[in-house]
Amino acid sequence: MPIARAKVLKWPALLSIVIIGSLLLLTLIVPQFLPGDPLALTDDILQPPSGRHWFGTDDLGRDVLVEIIYGTRVSFLIGCAAALATAVAGTVIGSLGGFFGGVTDTVVTRFAEFFQVMPTFILAVVIVALAGPGLLRVVAVIALLSWPQTARVVRGEVLRLSRLDFVDALRCVGIVEWRILAFEIIPNAIGSVFALGALIVSNAILLEASLSFLGLSDPSVISWGRLLSAGQRFLFSAWWLSLFPGLAILVTVLAFNLLADGLRDMFDPRHAR
Amino acid sequence: MTRYIVGRMFWGLVMVLGLVMVDFVITHLLPGDPIDALVGNYPAPAAYIERVRHDFGLDQSLPMQLGHFLVNLAQGNFGFSFVNRQPVLPLILDRAGITLILMLPSLILASLIGVALAVAATGQTGRIMDSVLTGVSLIGHSIPVFWLAQILIVVFAIKLQWLPAQGMRSIRTHDPLLDLLRHLVLPAFCITIYYIAVVARVARASMLEILHQDFILTARAKGISRRAVLWRHVLRNAAIPVITVVGYNFGTSLTGAILTETVFAWPGLGGLFINSIANRDYPVLSGIFLLASIAVVMANIITDLLYAVADPRIRMTPARA
Repeated sequence: MPIARAKVLKWPALLSIVIIGSLLLLTLIVPQFLPGDPLALTDDILQPPSGRHWFGTDDLGRDVLVEIIYGTRVSFLIGCAAALATAVAGTVIGSLGGFFGGVTDTVVTRFAEFFQVMPTFILAVVIVALAGPGLLRVVAVIALLSWPQTARVVRGEVLRLSRLDFVDALRCVGIVEWRILAFEIIPNAIGSVFALGALIVSNAILLEASLSFLGLSDPSVISWGRLLSAGQRFLFSAWWLSLFPGLAILVTVLAFNLLADGLRDMFDPRHAR
Repeated sequence: MTRYIVGRMFWGLVMVLGLVMVDFVITHLLPGDPIDALVGNYPAPAAYIERVRHDFGLDQSLPMQLGHFLVNLAQGNFGFSFVNRQPVLPLILDRAGITLILMLPSLILASLIGVALAVAATGQTGRIMDSVLTGVSLIGHSIPVFWLAQILIVVFAIKLQWLPAQGMRSIRTHDPLLDLLRHLVLPAFCITIYYIAVVARVARASMLEILHQDFILTARAKGISRRAVLWRHVLRNAAIPVITVVGYNFGTSLTGAILTETVFAWPGLGGLFINSIANRDYPVLSGIFLLASIAVVMANIITDLLYAVADPRIRMTPARA
């Protein structure tokens, strides 16, 4: 198969880009056109879905659709920020281990293994419960707990690349080690990080939703998990409070997972069927 | 083999010690004074606060506190829960048993269904099943388990009224076992769906890999039917990665169980965990983290040992790279 053909995203991944893009547009555009304070309390309490409120209203009379749209911001923000932080941390740590080998490598691998063994969600809950909620803290916790996966993949790629002839060639020309690593090897290894990036975003969104479902999020910020947590109280009387925010999570996470699959096939043809 | 086991145990011990350190660092270095939790918001006299601080050893240096902490842990003293007025360890162990009643059947069922799906997708008429497997695995990885739990309650407990929505037992029942099973169905389904996704994906990948190896071709050349090869040779070899993935995901499944339990009010670790968050009951939180970590490390060791028994190549290599 010619390389040019392998580097094309398949339709599920393209569809996922469309979904993610429309969600982004929706959160950016819709709030501009809503009259007044869209999250103001009204008398339409716990109304089932209707023409006026497509997704119904909650116990404070707020429109669930509007709340979901606002929640999208938080989920995307946290997902992307956490993925970025994870990718940077994982790439730096993993490439150090893979390139320098020896003791550095042992320390990196053991450390990553250690972090992978930890029951990360419980740890995340304990940290957030102790330190208090906050967007930045949640991002930091997610990154702290998910870097090993990236580090392991990057380490493997860097290890493979650093044994290739072109690295020796660069050394012969007199280029110093860290320059070879930073400007020649990491750019070649970064493709695998992109594929993982989409996966980390989806994991981060799920993790954030789980944390705020347990009530560990900023009470003044609307997030999907918080909506579901509120829905739990009205499970027996207002099913729409649970159904729609959860669907939003499912669709978004599914889209990022599809994108991750597509990116992996694109950057790593060995996985492609 | 003995050397392998000892090495593995030693590494497990190092891990547990490391996790204890993590736990200690988190509970002692993060903001928030435990004195506030003990004394409360009342304007207590400074002398009283000093006494409480002294009574609980909080005026000692951090290394001293760590030493006490380690000695106490070694004696099985995980602290005291002021909220529940009980020592932490028996409290957690009681609840952990109830969580296992939910987790173990789910894990076994998910492994069976996951492997069955993978086998079906590998057979000759596998194309449709293959798509089914991909779909199930994608959805299983993407669905928030606590939301699935809520939807199951709305559909099967509230609308259809087939199954109970909450708890583990009914107050009045003729057949306790059947009653437990009825309560088990919905929460177990939630945990199962994620695991089916994980197991099916791994089983399918490893079966495909094995199918392309020479010894399968040899077996086919000897005249063994495709079906027999699949069941006798492919499946047995594919079982190893499946065991691994189930064992290594023990921590994840514990998380799933905790989240599921909170929605179904299953009286296991989940409820205890949530209450401890709400009440800022730090000894219980850190106790759950520590015991869960130890359980995960143990699950990993057992997995590695099973793996080594099944595949001689593993125990021949001295250490895991």
